[in-house]
Amino acid sequence: MLNKLVIENLKHRPVRTSLSIIAIGVEVTMMLTVVGLSHGMLEDSQRRARGAGADVWVRPPGSAAIGLSSAPMSEKILDYFRKQEHVALASGSVSHPIGGINTVTGLDLDEFTRMAGGLRYIEGGPFQGPDEIIVDERYARQNGVRAGDTMELLNRPWRVSGVMEAGKLARLIVPLRTLQDLTGNTGKLTQAYLKLDDPQNTDKVVANLKEKLKDYQIYSIEEFTSLFSPQNVPGLEAFIGVIIGLSVVVGFLVVFLSLYTAVLERTREIGILKSLGASPAYVLNVLLRETALLAVVGTALGILLTYGTRWAVMTFVPASLTQNIVPGWWPIAAAIALVGALLGAAYPGWKAANQDPIEALAYE
Amino acid sequence: MNSGAIISVRDLRKTFRVGDVDVHALRGVGMEIETGEFTAVVGPSGSGKSTMFHIIGGLTPATSGSVHIHGQDIAKMTDAERTRMRRTEVGFVFQKYNLLPTLTAADNIAIARHIARRPDALDGDFLNVLDLLGIAHRLHHKPRAMSGGEQQRVAIARAVVNSPSILLADEPTGNLDTRSSENVLTLLRDLNKRLGQTILMITHNPEAAAFADRIVHMRDGQIVVG
Ligand SMILES: Nc1ncnc2c1ncn2[C@@H]1O[C@H](COP(=O)(O)OP(=O)(O)OP(=O)(O)O)[C@@H](O)[C@H]1O
Ligand SMILES: [Mg+2]
Repeated sequence: MLNKLVIENLKHRPVRTSLSIIAIGVEVTMMLTVVGLSHGMLEDSQRRARGAGADVWVRPPGSAAIGLSSAPMSEKILDYFRKQEHVALASGSVSHPIGGINTVTGLDLDEFTRMAGGLRYIEGGPFQGPDEIIVDERYARQNGVRAGDTMELLNRPWRVSGVMEAGKLARLIVPLRTLQDLTGNTGKLTQAYLKLDDPQNTDKVVANLKEKLKDYQIYSIEEFTSLFSPQNVPGLEAFIGVIIGLSVVVGFLVVFLSLYTAVLERTREIGILKSLGASPAYVLNVLLRETALLAVVGTALGILLTYGTRWAVMTFVPASLTQNIVPGWWPIAAAIALVGALLGAAYPGWKAANQDPIEALAYE
Repeated sequence: MNSGAIISVRDLRKTFRVGDVDVHALRGVGMEIETGEFTAVVGPSGSGKSTMFHIIGGLTPATSGSVHIHGQDIAKMTDAERTRMRRTEVGFVFQKYNLLPTLTAADNIAIARHIARRPDALDGDFLNVLDLLGIAHRLHHKPRAMSGGEQQRVAIARAVVNSPSILLADEPTGNLDTRSSENVLTLLRDLNKRLGQTILMITHNPEAAAFADRIVHMRDGQIVVG
């Protein structure tokens, strides 16, 4: 019976009800999109790190695990690695930021191809000269680039020699030498990759290298990819927190306003319920159920909208953003939306519950 | 009558403070209502009739004096007890019908039952009442689609659905044309005669008052011998 009243009340003001639901939906989408983006990007980085085919990653002393190093190491160190027991291949790279979240990576293509177990080209092929670039298929699609095109990067033109499948270390690859010279890192590397004779030996090699190269950062691929989590990206958790906080404020305000006007408008009806013997708790219950229903429908809408934002991100955002759908966050977002909405309902609900029935009945 | 007074009002006073003026709405009302009586309360506007009803129905407290219902002093009840009393002991009918606009007639009646925590199904007695009210065929309409007379009959049905000890009707025909008024008044008399419903009805209209067994006159917050 109570549910019937709740539903009829919501149906009675379709515009207000729809707007509340949409606002809660947007709130939920905001949360899920930002979470989905961070998950997507981190997962994408993990996939690419694995795609390099290396068993051990080495970064120079004093650099952050994720992000870009400012303290490169000499490329002579590769020879040192090659002499170590169980090391089959050693290769190095230089990475350079090119704005946004993208980086361009300089690689020795032959070495890298051997380590990654071959690169698959969708169009074109390897570099023919020093001013050429290989892009991954996603970058190519999002930026409308094809093999044979010329593109601008770091203030100079590059010929696109090939488009490779995504998930192999980097999105944009240029010849190592070119990028080293261009960024003032001649003879230097920001990262080294080791492929072992057998991945079983990873722990042994890592332990051995850590012993010999005290200040260097040496990771097994497992360790390295496990670093890709929101906690390890500076500011990411705080950013997610801010977005969630904003979402809750939006949800709170919308529900507050919506219920506040509903309570004013229904002053008389609340008086009627009270004259029929409804307790304050009964009146509160009606409003809280209305709120909960708005929150639940709004959350469902918000989850659907996340598929929309993912599509929009993939289609329209020219940067290399990847947004995941993270069902694990659905109940969390739902709970946050519900709590925000119930907080918004608290004051109007309290006001309604304590309304004087006589004044309410006299209300026109 | 051997069943005794169902309502007993003694020296009831109510003073409203409006700005810094005291408005004495009730100045010592005393009255006894017997079980099964149909009483009309008449009196000029502002004489305190509605105020007395609101106090009897537990919607507002008196300034002094007492109201006993079934021998129980309502001023001494807790809030929860008074709420329970409103649910089960009193049924209100207002001049403006006061139906919930978003619910159908049937649901308006059902919600009164829900508030009183009675089962949803209507019992045989009540179905007879619906028959008596002549609104059985209109139950699935919303108030908006009903005439004033029909709405008021639904409101009466809602007021008696929990078999209250007393039905308080504040100008139930105040908004109705003569024919509908007659309908509603006949109905109230039938409820009283056939089911023994105790009724207290406020009216301005002497013809309406004539439907009652007894008429109480009020003037300036007091009962006057008419
Ligand atoms: N909430 C209130 N605040 C201040 N004064 C009030 C309030 N309610 C009633 N009064 C005053 O109390 C007096 C009695 O009012 P009441 O409504 O009981 O009269 P009534 O006999 O029902 O009149 P009517 O026939 O017009 O309905 C009036 O002077 C009215 O102005
Ligand atoms: Mg009145």
